[in-house]
Amino acid sequence: MPFSFLGNPLTLVLVVLAIAITGYALARSRAMARAGGDMRRLHSLPNYYGMTAAMFAAVPALGVLVIWLLAQPALIQNAVLPLLPADVTMSAGETSLVLSDVNRVAEGLDTAVAQGVLDAEAIAALRSDPTALRGILAGVGVALGSDVQPYILAAAQTARGLDARWDLIRAGVVIVLALTGLALAVRAADPAFRARNVVERGVLALLIAAASLAVLTTVGIVLSMVSESLNFFSQHPWQDFFLGSSWAPNFRGNSELSILPLLWGTLYISFIALLVAVPIGLYAAIYLSEYASPRLRAIAKPLLEILAGIPTIVYGLFALLTVGPFLVDVFGAGGALSMEGLRNGDPLMQGATAVITAGLVMGIMLIPFVSSLSDDIINAVPQSLRDGSYGLGATPSETIRSVVLPAALPGIVGAILLAASRAIGETMIVVLGAGAIARFSGNPFEAMTTITTRIVSQLTGDTDFASPETLVAFALGLTLFVLTLGLNVIALYIVRKYREQYE
Amino acid sequence: MTDIPNPMASQANPRGASLLRQDARTAKRNRAESRFKAYGIIAIGIGMLMLVILLSTIISRGTGAFQQTYLSLDVTLDAARLDKNGNRDIEEIKKVSTFGYKPLLVNAFEDLVASGAVESGLAPSDMSDILSKGAEARMRDAVLADPDLIGQTVSFDFLASGRVDGYLKGRVTRESIVNDKNINVAQLDLVDQMMNAGVLEKKFNVSFITGADSSDARPEAAGMGVSMVGSLTMMLVVLVLALPIGVAASIYLEEFAPKNWITDIIEVNISNLAAVPSIVFGILGLAVFINYMHLPNSAPLVGGLVLTLMTLPTIIISTRASLKSVPPSIRDAALGVGASKMQSVFHHVLPLAAPGILTGTIIGLAQALGETAPLLLIGMVGFIASNGPDSVGSALLSPNSAMPAQIYEWAKRADPAFYERAWGGIIILLVFLITMNFIAVMLRRRFERRW
Repeated sequence: MPFSFLGNPLTLVLVVLAIAITGYALARSRAMARAGGDMRRLHSLPNYYGMTAAMFAAVPALGVLVIWLLAQPALIQNAVLPLLPADVTMSAGETSLVLSDVNRVAEGLDTAVAQGVLDAEAIAALRSDPTALRGILAGVGVALGSDVQPYILAAAQTARGLDARWDLIRAGVVIVLALTGLALAVRAADPAFRARNVVERGVLALLIAAASLAVLTTVGIVLSMVSESLNFFSQHPWQDFFLGSSWAPNFRGNSELSILPLLWGTLYISFIALLVAVPIGLYAAIYLSEYASPRLRAIAKPLLEILAGIPTIVYGLFALLTVGPFLVDVFGAGGALSMEGLRNGDPLMQGATAVITAGLVMGIMLIPFVSSLSDDIINAVPQSLRDGSYGLGATPSETIRSVVLPAALPGIVGAILLAASRAIGETMIVVLGAGAIARFSGNPFEAMTTITTRIVSQLTGDTDFASPETLVAFALGLTLFVLTLGLNVIALYIVRKYREQYE
Repeated sequence: MTDIPNPMASQANPRGASLLRQDARTAKRNRAESRFKAYGIIAIGIGMLMLVILLSTIISRGTGAFQQTYLSLDVTLDAARLDKNGNRDIEEIKKVSTFGYKPLLVNAFEDLVASGAVESGLAPSDMSDILSKGAEARMRDAVLADPDLIGQTVSFDFLASGRVDGYLKGRVTRESIVNDKNINVAQLDLVDQMMNAGVLEKKFNVSFITGADSSDARPEAAGMGVSMVGSLTMMLVVLVLALPIGVAASIYLEEFAPKNWITDIIEVNISNLAAVPSIVFGILGLAVFINYMHLPNSAPLVGGLVLTLMTLPTIIISTRASLKSVPPSIRDAALGVGASKMQSVFHHVLPLAAPGILTGTIIGLAQALGETAPLLLIGMVGFIASNGPDSVGSALLSPNSAMPAQIYEWAKRADPAFYERAWGGIIILLVFLITMNFIAVMLRRRFERRW
């Protein structure tokens, strides 16, 4: 097919950019020509006329392209749905399963055609014997889970046809839009035309669009997780998720998927992490801001902050391979503190992955987080409060304990809440260091699992996005999002309220 | 005020207290003071100690990955086996599988024993087991690249197997291999002899830095190179998308946005996005980019998009800070000589804020480089990329891993030889991060202005 290369969005972008550059040159020279070559007669600098044309040509065209790219998959899916047998489209789960099969077959056919393994006639011939397709697709590197049903092949073919046609229509629309924009702007390139004002309004619109991308991201997070979570709750009772007592995913169905044991593990590990990080971080911050000489401060503060810059995967490996085995040496079988005698020969710690392993390492990671936040807050306490306390004869430590810390308390609580939110959302340390067993237990030397660990394990590997065992990850993610967001909002509220007192 | 008891009254001789000798209460308060101070020093000490332990663990356990044991062996590439018809037809040579190269290796070991360099009661085929499983493939690749080698005796540097390498590095001992099917004590004796004969030697391991990951059975061949390309591709995507969008958003919020509820929502949103756990961005990427938009699984493009969304708040926050630090007098002066608001921002404020923006961007990129959790969800793990991508397009779209995901993958494997790789990978990752942070600090030092 001629022009089919324009179906590729990247080529299309390049074409639009070429049109925009042409428009720039055309409009600039036209404005100059109409001003008789005298720049002073123009309302704006000549470049602004060029920029108007480039902007009119590129921005609407690229905007339409992006929206089209986002919408096309959903539209094609809707067009394919009626082709599927009614018994398949009865349940939402099965429909999405079949649709993903259709997509996979369509992608496989595309790959096969691109590699020259199949051509249009060969595909038409396949209609009588779709089972052969599985082998052909496996040959080009697209593995299918089962033999291809005739209706799946038909739907995949329709989807491919629609896709190819819409790709072409898209190319046409985008290029026509770009050319129209170019024509309009070039025609308007006149000395009296207020090109700079137009360009500046356009740039402002782009700036606003960039700023709203942040809101769009949040909307995307919420929408994607809410829709999949609703999907999950339609297949699995919410009572079990929020109020059940055990986590036992079973890919043959009948899983028990309760968040409570995971939440317990998450909170327990975070608690231990805070138990490590808060005293150390807080005392370090107090010492650095109240006692340390400027030289010590200049050395110690950046060194502590290195701990915050180390990637979490490093801490994860540290937990799994260094801290875990060390703790097993101490608390495990034959260790000095294994308490085997008290526990009928059972050592306190069975394996390297445990709540305490993950908690300790996460605590180390959070030390600089707590210390630098508290440091800022302690420094914000006005010197006059300290001077007043010294004037009454208090020692520095008495001043800190009874004047500085109470004044800084709301901010420090905010910092601790932020650290807690970090701990709850931390993934790599718990994936490598905490273990995979969901249980309610008070023993920190046992392996437990967390929300983030389960999200990773439910969503990696071969996943079937129609089963509750996979979809539960989205419900877990949503809970995690709400939890951390709530903590952040409370923390920021406390910090902000506190700041108002002294400014 | 008379009902407040005098604290001095309880003491035996309040008037006789000496200035030179502390009374009990002062001494107690001073002790509390020094105790409090000591807690602070201990806290900082613990922090520093942890840093030292962490870094020394990484270095002591990771540097081994940069050394690898090689065995140099003269192999006669027997024409009778590799090219039976003798016409040097490349298609016919290709038909000889790696299995066909095994006898050549066995012969080479026989020759080595015959030359008297080593003595061993082992069968030559058992001797060849001290080599990496990829030794035959290495010979075959060399022959296919240059068919003229057939018939000659060529000296190859073969990788020794992971167990042999571990033995020479002290990870594997004679006691630890009692139940190990992959190696036995007699082979270790042979290794000792070869070490003395100089056939076996430890060399700097270039292929760890440039090579690809390998299967579970060949830890000695695993390298970071391909995942490094994956990481750098993602950083390119992040830089191309996050920098312009982040700067544009900050310019709007800092310079143009009116104070109203919409701006407030955007600002609160950005500060909250900065604190959303990274795994949530992974879920977003999985749901939107892969399940909905059907972008390919495991592609660095998708990873880059996810990391872009994650880094944007960081870049916006630091860019706004550096825009804010440009004094209003600059803007006023520009407006005063007739520039429009837009011109004053783009011609004057932005260039002055550029070093700060760049510093913030580099720090954001460094954060993104070390991020693992979202990459696990979009499938950039558990995938063995055998070859590096050959073009920009395939670098963006063909499946790949990333450095931290590669480290995670190695950490999960059973063979301890991979742990050494994981620590070594961390050293490479940290070298990247330190370099980036160093550049950021340099930029700040060099261009920072005090207004």
